[in-house]
Amino acid sequence: MRALVLTGFGINCEEEFAAAYRLAGAEAAIVHFNQVLHGQVSIHDFDVLNFPGGFSFGDDLGSGVVLANKLRYRQTSADGRTLLDDIKQFIADGKFVLGICNGFQVLVKLGLLPNLGGDVTPEVTLTHNASGRYEDRWVTLRVNPAARTPFLKGIDKLEVPVRHGEGRLVVPDAATRAAIEAAGLNCLSYIDANGDGTSEYPLNPNGADLNCAGLTDPTGQVFGLMPHPEAFLAAYNHPDWARRRRQNPDASEEGEGLQIFKNIVAHIAEKHAAAAPTVQLATQN
Amino acid sequence: MTDTHTIQLTLKPGQHDGDGQRVAEAAARHLGLRTGRVRSAALYTVRYPLSETQLRDFATRCLADPVLHDVRLNELSGAEGFATYILVARRPGVTDDEGTSAQNALADILNEPLDVHTQHIFSKKLYLLENDLPETELRRLAEELLGNKLINWLEVGRVADGIRDYTPRPGGGAEAITEVVSLTGLSDAELVQLSKDNIYALNLEEMRAVRDYFAAVETQAERQAAGLPADPTDCELEIIAQTWSEHCKHKEFAAVINYKDTETGEEKQIDSLFKTYIKNATSEVDRQLRANGNDWLIKVFSDNAGAVRINPDSLFVWKVETHNSPSAIDPYGGAITGILGNNRDPLATGIGGARLLFNTNVLCFGNPEFDGQLLTGQLHPRRILEGVRKGIEDGGNKSGVPTVNGAIVFDDRYAGKPLVYCGTGAVMPMQFAGLDSWEKKIDAGDRIIMAGGRVGKDGIHGATFSSIELDETAPATAVQIGSPITQKLAMDFLLLAARGGLLKCSTDNGAGGLSSSVGELAGISGGAVVELERVPLKYPGLRPWEIFVSESQERFTLVVEPGKMAEITALGQEMEVELTDIGYFTADGFLDVRFDGAPVARLNMEFLHEGVPRKVLEAEWTKPEGFEPQIPSSLDYTETLTQLLGSLNICSRESVIRQYDHEVKGRTIVKPLMGATGQAPQDAAVVRFNFESWEGVAVSNGILPRYGDLDAYDMSAGSFDEAVRQIIAVGGKLPNLTPGDGIFWSVNDNFCVPDSVYDPAGNPDGKQKLAKLVRMCEALRDATAAYCIPLTSGKDSMKNDFKADGVKISVPPTVLYSMTAKMEDVRRAITSDFKQADDVVYLLGETHDELGGSEFYALHGQLGANVPKVDFEKAKALYTLVGQANDQSLIQSCHDLSDGGLAVALAETTFGYGYGAVVELPETGLPLATQLFSESHSRFLATVAPEDVVAFEQLLGERASRLGIVTSDGELTVRHAGKTVISANTAALRAAWTNGPVNHLLGVVSNDNLSHSNSL
Repeated sequence: MRALVLTGFGINCEEEFAAAYRLAGAEAAIVHFNQVLHGQVSIHDFDVLNFPGGFSFGDDLGSGVVLANKLRYRQTSADGRTLLDDIKQFIADGKFVLGICNGFQVLVKLGLLPNLGGDVTPEVTLTHNASGRYEDRWVTLRVNPAARTPFLKGIDKLEVPVRHGEGRLVVPDAATRAAIEAAGLNCLSYIDANGDGTSEYPLNPNGADLNCAGLTDPTGQVFGLMPHPEAFLAAYNHPDWARRRRQNPDASEEGEGLQIFKNIVAHIAEKHAAAAPTVQLATQN
Repeated sequence: MTDTHTIQLTLKPGQHDGDGQRVAEAAARHLGLRTGRVRSAALYTVRYPLSETQLRDFATRCLADPVLHDVRLNELSGAEGFATYILVARRPGVTDDEGTSAQNALADILNEPLDVHTQHIFSKKLYLLENDLPETELRRLAEELLGNKLINWLEVGRVADGIRDYTPRPGGGAEAITEVVSLTGLSDAELVQLSKDNIYALNLEEMRAVRDYFAAVETQAERQAAGLPADPTDCELEIIAQTWSEHCKHKEFAAVINYKDTETGEEKQIDSLFKTYIKNATSEVDRQLRANGNDWLIKVFSDNAGAVRINPDSLFVWKVETHNSPSAIDPYGGAITGILGNNRDPLATGIGGARLLFNTNVLCFGNPEFDGQLLTGQLHPRRILEGVRKGIEDGGNKSGVPTVNGAIVFDDRYAGKPLVYCGTGAVMPMQFAGLDSWEKKIDAGDRIIMAGGRVGKDGIHGATFSSIELDETAPATAVQIGSPITQKLAMDFLLLAARGGLLKCSTDNGAGGLSSSVGELAGISGGAVVELERVPLKYPGLRPWEIFVSESQERFTLVVEPGKMAEITALGQEMEVELTDIGYFTADGFLDVRFDGAPVARLNMEFLHEGVPRKVLEAEWTKPEGFEPQIPSSLDYTETLTQLLGSLNICSRESVIRQYDHEVKGRTIVKPLMGATGQAPQDAAVVRFNFESWEGVAVSNGILPRYGDLDAYDMSAGSFDEAVRQIIAVGGKLPNLTPGDGIFWSVNDNFCVPDSVYDPAGNPDGKQKLAKLVRMCEALRDATAAYCIPLTSGKDSMKNDFKADGVKISVPPTVLYSMTAKMEDVRRAITSDFKQADDVVYLLGETHDELGGSEFYALHGQLGANVPKVDFEKAKALYTLVGQANDQSLIQSCHDLSDGGLAVALAETTFGYGYGAVVELPETGLPLATQLFSESHSRFLATVAPEDVVAFEQLLGERASRLGIVTSDGELTVRHAGKTVISANTAALRAAWTNGPVNHLLGVVSNDNLSHSNSL
């Protein structure tokens, strides 16, 4: 199982992103965006394509916009092919795409999420937090039971930090909202102490529509979220770790965020195991 | 196809205009102006040939968000119902990251290569105001809230008169000419005037030394042979001025000082503060360390940052600097360039290519609630605070470097010049491609490569400008705006270039620009030739000397062997970092600068680096008269504690802290605020180095300027102790306690003082100020020796005064000790907050009658006399025992006692979860107020699990006083002599602390004032 973690041009969470895959037992390669754009590295040699957080191109035109623009418009060959064409192929091949924070913003601006219409056109947007400010704080998320993505399998609740200024999901109309909910694409919500989805600041740190912290596409192969599971790989990342370990000294030293990566690594391993004979045949031919 | 286009983005109907609303609110709140509704729009002027279709596609597909924005092309009109406007553009050559990104997007959609180094797109903001404000008010709003006139071009007016646009056209004017400046026959007065007119910041003696160098027979002969004029060129004088600047040469720390103590009559001569108290002290520490098998001190005082060994494979690199003067005139730009500039120091230490691990920032401001009259050119402290905070946010967050801790100190005397301390820690492998990473080696023939951003007029004279006191005529060119993204690209590149063995070494371009970076590196090989016409410019029109001293940001100077040029150039191209070969190193002893083959400067390296005359300065110490005030003993101490928690220097900084990313990289273990509530303040940060081991580093800052009013020695000693005890509190251990334990400590000292050179008219108390500096240094020496803790790098900033309208505001003499220490296992870190009910609460260390300079006295408008003193021997013994207690896992929480003393520490330790405590103060003979609020050093508040009490008390002995227990009821009760003296609900105390002035001013106060806003 091989994960490609993009970097360059202001992406800055690539190291912990790659560490997450390694701790989950996979191989992870941190690759500069231009190496993919210029064809030195092919995404098709990997199982998961990852867009880490950061400030790609400074977020100057809105978060993730310039990178999304490059994926959509920059031609990588004389026949007018773009990286977006490759990503569409990658998904059609049954592979996975994960975007966190700025990476999630890229997937949304590109239209890969939620992609209700299937034609990769922007349908929703992520914009300035209701507070008008960037914030680093820990939040609690609930996984939508209707969500169908292997990334979140078996997870019910999750504590993670948010670190963003533009994480408010805006769904422009009621019809889109209904379609997202009906398909369970709003896979993660900010919740309060009772476990209910909340619009209350700071439990919901940005005022997102549907109290939504993350989306999947209808296939469940593309998943993006504003909070940072890759920043919670060790139990000692949590702000209350010292008290919690006093209460429960034998608890796992793993952070809750790692489970997302373990899930996808396990899922792909299973898939590979099931598909192994076909692969061998293909090699022989 | 036309060449100039305007794209305007406005929010679609129904999308709330958060930016506009903020402007309207801020205008009312800060300026008392009623703007009515404000509507914001983003403008992009495109100077590039585009067809109408191309323009429309670019605007709608690349710039506009289809959910949020409407697009207008080539029309600059107001909307119905808005009377006036403000247009905020940038002045020529000012960094425009938004324009650069838009240009990037244009190249992508056109699928054609656009010269990314020529600015084709200019971003601007347009604000439409409902009310018909007079032009003077519009301008005030524009200059005080929306832009800085040193950086921004501001157009204001009535919409009905047509909206005036402005697009910068940089360049023009100057040609590439070099002028000769005649020094021959100039009188002393003329020499001084020449220095002042050109912002050389050189005094008479220094100007004479320059004149004498050029007049010397051998100089004349050499110059004639090399084809240079007899008199110096403008470039030569600029090179000397910046090389000899206080900023670069630390002339006052190198001076001979005649010191007199009027109390004891003692007189002595100090041969350089730096050598006597800093360098020699660290040499002695290093000797003791090595004698004990601790040989981790690798690089001190000789490079951009200090380096210590973490383990056989890696080094920890640590640097703290200040960026005060730029932050005084442009708080945002000053702070962001401060952060990015300081980041470049560890990045370019040794070979270069360290990985940045964290930032820490300590800020000193005037009272943000100041409501008096400002001096000409003085910015309001609130504006400085907000601008600096934003600069740190962008500088750290956008670089992907976590801001793991820091401090904010308020004092009215920082209202002229704020202090902005930026610290950065980094990790570097011991070797790159088989070579020792920390070494800088250069041979004649190696190429000089400039990497990163281009050169413009920004930052010219930054080094000399920061070496003089600030007044209302501060030059606009001294201001720069950093571009974190440009630097991130260069940073990513350096990392790979170093690991690939392509770099011989590197340094950053900071103060003094190429002149400083090449000048310093040339000292290693023994000379250099620079060909200035090769230097890529942001725009034409710079004179050669301007190119050489410009401080345009995000640049590194790289040293590359000729055989590796092809490979490193290819890597630069792949990663979109511009590399330019601008010359080569020599060994002939001269710094030789040319433009198009013609000589521009040729200076003897020895004269340049060693020729500055030594200063002789006078210091005279008179102990300030102090007295202990009478404070009524009938105070309500619950009320006093509540007031202290809500006071400016103690209250929560959460609104600031949360706008900094303190956990990017996923390695932060102890953050500034911890606990289940996320509101328990911590003493030091703890960061692990990587994901493969649990080794890490603790980071702390000690700064106590108030105590300097009583005795600068005790202030400095106390600041040092504060930083040490903060690290002990989070579970760190003192160095060198056992042979070969390998526990590194690395400390940076940063002195920020007012002008301390005596002048009967201009600075009559200069001798006393200098004496304070001497005493601060003496304390530093004593502290390093006592704890065996080495300094590895540092900085001094000597002219922190602001003068205008005949008034001078001088900072109090301030020193910051920024400390880092190795943590063998970050999982054993201790946090400050209470962990469990029934844990036993102890006070560790001794409390003395030391309320002088305390926050308690400040609350009563008093200073007092009994300043807290450090007993280093006792402190060291206690810290050693606390370390042993931690080794045995006996401590559950530990908080250092500082501002507000025991009472404030008790309250703060309850903030993490909502525990309470019942505490009985022992009968010590000290008055109750002293026990509660004295800020005696070297003390902790610690808790111990009931089962560990025996072991803990056996180990600590009399150094631990048992105070009481942690309770689960959320009530804090303090008893003394049979009476309850404090009784408070800890949630109420936390609310007082959280709702203090800092969060009130900068924070989201409640859910109600959140706007579902969109910004353009």
